[in-house]
Amino acid sequence: MSVPLDYLEYAKRRYGMDHERYPWSMLPRRNKVSWPGGARIALMVVPALEWFPLDMKGKPFKPPGAMVTPYPDLRHYTLRDYGNRVGIFRVMKALDRFGIRASVAVNAAVAARHPSLIASCVERGWEVMANGLDMEHLHYAGLPAAEEQRLVEETLAILRRVSGQKIRGWLSPARSESSATLDLIRAAGIDYVCDWVNDDMPYAMQTASGTLHAMPLPNDIDDHTLLIQSRHSEDQYTRQICDQFDVLHAEAAREGGRILALSLHPWVIGQPYRIGALERALTHVMNRGDVWPATASEILDAFTAQ
Amino acid sequence: MAPGSRYCSITSTSAPNQLVPRGQVDKPEFYELAPPANPIRGAWPRPAPDVLNYSYRDYGNRVGFWRMLETFDRCSVRGSVSLNVAVCQHHPEVIEACAARGWEFYSHGTYNTRYLFEMSEAQERALIQDSIDTIKQHTGQKLDGWLAPALTYTERTLDLIGEMGLTYCCDLFHDDQPCPVKTRSGRLASIPYSLEMNDAIAFSVNALSPHAYADIIKRQFDRLYEEGAESGTVMCIPLHPYLIGQPYRIAVFEEALAYITRHDKVWLATGREIAQHFLTHDFDSFVRASETVGESP
Repeated sequence: MSVPLDYLEYAKRRYGMDHERYPWSMLPRRNKVSWPGGARIALMVVPALEWFPLDMKGKPFKPPGAMVTPYPDLRHYTLRDYGNRVGIFRVMKALDRFGIRASVAVNAAVAARHPSLIASCVERGWEVMANGLDMEHLHYAGLPAAEEQRLVEETLAILRRVSGQKIRGWLSPARSESSATLDLIRAAGIDYVCDWVNDDMPYAMQTASGTLHAMPLPNDIDDHTLLIQSRHSEDQYTRQICDQFDVLHAEAAREGGRILALSLHPWVIGQPYRIGALERALTHVMNRGDVWPATASEILDAFTAQ
Repeated sequence: MAPGSRYCSITSTSAPNQLVPRGQVDKPEFYELAPPANPIRGAWPRPAPDVLNYSYRDYGNRVGFWRMLETFDRCSVRGSVSLNVAVCQHHPEVIEACAARGWEFYSHGTYNTRYLFEMSEAQERALIQDSIDTIKQHTGQKLDGWLAPALTYTERTLDLIGEMGLTYCCDLFHDDQPCPVKTRSGRLASIPYSLEMNDAIAFSVNALSPHAYADIIKRQFDRLYEEGAESGTVMCIPLHPYLIGQPYRIAVFEEALAYITRHDKVWLATGREIAQHFLTHDFDSFVRASETVGESP
């Protein structure tokens, strides 16, 4: 084995990024953003309604939350299902208490199977964003373009029909994309994508079908990341959300409005012993008074209007 | 190469006295979205394009670095920048901000997605020369230090950097004090670089909470500070802006850093300053002391 001779050639060693999706930009050198009512922080809460098929193959990789045991993995299938039967209603109650409307990321398969669950979201004024067809259908480079296009169109058709909403937002299952995903979702009418974790604020991305925006949704302080992958305690979860908020809140006073975006999985955070950890974090956040709880589209529209 | 044959067999009890230095490392890195394949190691855990992991690293340069910079300023700490030198071309604003504060630049290869594994000697020399030239051209500094990109090596890496005029490496994790490194030529010092204190290990491998990380930093410092009364020790905190610059981590880390800088017998130094001090005052006596101990098996 040896390293090819062209291994030390750098075709994209140049100013800015090594791709064309977005230009290089430094957060503290941008114009200040202001939110409605002079709020310092826009609060965006994104619960995910997911369906993991019992016979999932996990190609080309297993998404977080995938089945674990040999078929049939009733243990993990039903624990995920718990989120859609029980956990989500606990999350709704917690958010209702604070007057927070969520931006719910929905696998189209969940909408097709449980339209009444989507109706409960819609009647609360929640925004529905697309989370792909289901957790088995990942978007990745090995997917033929026509197949991915069909996947995007089918996903959006189901979600638009069941929710009655325009569906402007997209979160890829497992945040996995092919090189064409952004082009395809923009062509299908998507205005923002939550897969990229490189910023705390929205920014424009270029696609073959026009501009869409990346919306911040940190994977770091996601409930699955902290409580399942990192095995942190519920108290540590609360503390990290509060610490995230405190730093952003202080920064906003000097540098303009910031966004606290929380990614939730009802099968994780909706457990009876865990939901209080979210409520305590939300109490800390909402008690500050200068927080604007809003949906992702509302935040994006306020951002792009400036 | 036997693992032990690079460095002198010397224990902390036989080490001569020296000062109490401390180094701080930060790593503006550039990970390519679509790097060429190395025969040994793939660049990303997921199939390309690995949007999640690529964008996570990109956060460091867009957002995290600038937050970390403020923390360093408030604590009056200068960084020793372990630099993927292509950042000079991609993000010169990051380089300017570090240079304006008197930080040191040393090499962490060209990109963190180009690995030394399986390189020929000519390729490896070309990569090191690229670092020497790029850092000189963009910062005016002479390249003195080395930390191999993504900790990837060949058997000759340390010989080559010694021969090409570098004075220290951070690639050996065997001691809390600087040590001589045996090379074909040159005078090369090993400067302690703790993987235990590295935020990437602490957060991404060991899954520590920010508060647990702050706690181990303070414990590490307390013991090294106490032992430094007898013979100077080095505490190095390797940081990645994409990790430590996250809002929920940075304030907690700053408390730990401020705890350290509140102590008066701490020398806030860069890697180069520590290496110069060691090479001037202690290198030769360490070599002599090791002769009385013998070789590693």
